[in-house]
Amino acid sequence: MLRIGTTPNPSSEEERLRTDMTPELWSIILLSLKVSGVAVLLTMPVAFGLAWLLARGRFPGKVLLDALVHLPLVLPPVVTGWLLLIAFGNNGPVGRWLTDWFGVTLMFRWTGAALAAAVMALPLMVRAMRLSIEAVDPKLEGAARTLGASPLRTFFSITLPLATPGLLAGAVLGFARSIGEFGATITFVSNIPGETRTIPIAIYGALQIPGNDAEVTKLAIIAVLLSLGALLISEILARRSGLGRGSHVL
Amino acid sequence: MSFDIRVERRLGEARIALDLASDGRLTALFGPSGAGKSSVLNMVAGLLRPDAGRIVVDGVTLFDSDTGIDLPPERRRLGYVFQDGRLFPHKRVRDNLLYGWHLARPETRWMSLDEAVAFLGIGPLLDRWPRTLSGGEAQRVAIGRALLAGPRFLLMDEPLSSLDAARREDIMQVIERIRDELRLPILYVSHDRGEVERLATTIARLGT
Repeated sequence: MLRIGTTPNPSSEEERLRTDMTPELWSIILLSLKVSGVAVLLTMPVAFGLAWLLARGRFPGKVLLDALVHLPLVLPPVVTGWLLLIAFGNNGPVGRWLTDWFGVTLMFRWTGAALAAAVMALPLMVRAMRLSIEAVDPKLEGAARTLGASPLRTFFSITLPLATPGLLAGAVLGFARSIGEFGATITFVSNIPGETRTIPIAIYGALQIPGNDAEVTKLAIIAVLLSLGALLISEILARRSGLGRGSHVL
Repeated sequence: MSFDIRVERRLGEARIALDLASDGRLTALFGPSGAGKSSVLNMVAGLLRPDAGRIVVDGVTLFDSDTGIDLPPERRRLGYVFQDGRLFPHKRVRDNLLYGWHLARPETRWMSLDEAVAFLGIGPLLDRWPRTLSGGEAQRVAIGRALLAGPRFLLMDEPLSSLDAARREDIMQVIERIRDELRLPILYVSHDRGEVERLATTIARLGT
């Protein structure tokens, strides 16, 4: 799946990486993909709803909602992690409720890492999706209505398809952001091998011990490739959607 | 009466008021830019709500502030041809044409895709994307899309204004054929005197 080969020093670096992909490294990568994937899937509907409200809604408190959505972008991530700990920790109001009713614990679990990644990715996803919704010309929706489409059908046949490239862009940005999430995650769910040790946390851990340059390099390259790959995939998806110019993610 | 329209609407500082009763086949709303001609069409289409008034087309009440009637656009059975075409950019010409046709109940359709294509001469365009069409081609497709939805009447908002002289003549002939052969009541907005004098059977002025 991963073709690791473009580094400043291709031949020797490629050789070393190929032979050195240990099961531990693979588990870190898979965990990162799982955490980010779940984070993005969970955030998609929430982000879309918020983006729709901010793009089309008219209600008191819109500015406040906008600010709240953007808070994770500007707050120190460690504060976001601490707030998650307070709310979703085993003694936190939400955390205790989740444990009592659903038997779900988030603290020190990969699910908690996904929650932290989701919260941190939310502002970027909402921003991208909001722009894509705002870019849909309401005049086209009006035209659809005069042709006999109900508001719901107009949404699914006109608004949603036209906004799709932007929604994909939002999802990809969220995914890339989740792959890189560090501060809130390590505060909320710590650094537990196989459970919460994602790529950035593994890099940080490796840097704490001298002589781990090779592992750090490998993880860093993987992080770059994953992020780049995500962006390229979404660009291809956006071009395939048949919208032509103006439908680019990059 | 084809069109029996009495509407009032305040838009910011401007106030739009129109009282029109016309039995003409093509009723032109004529007036300077900014007089609210397009707003009147949007009110007839149900895209803009009048503050007060009554809109009756061919005996069917679409809006009446006194009795609280306000049909949504999708139930007014109209065809709207816009100045800028407004083709759906994510659908090919064929799917643009069939958008309203698919939504119409079978008994309300009065034109098939083949008939519309022959009427407008747009056969070669069916598999093209809207962005590849010239202004005149796009306007023909837009007219076809409106006709295929099975409308009881047409609204046309400056359908010639974005076209060059040759294309204007072209589309003007199409509109004349809709007026004379299909016999659909048309409410037509323009600020061009020559256009209005040639096409209209009834002229209504809006603004000073």
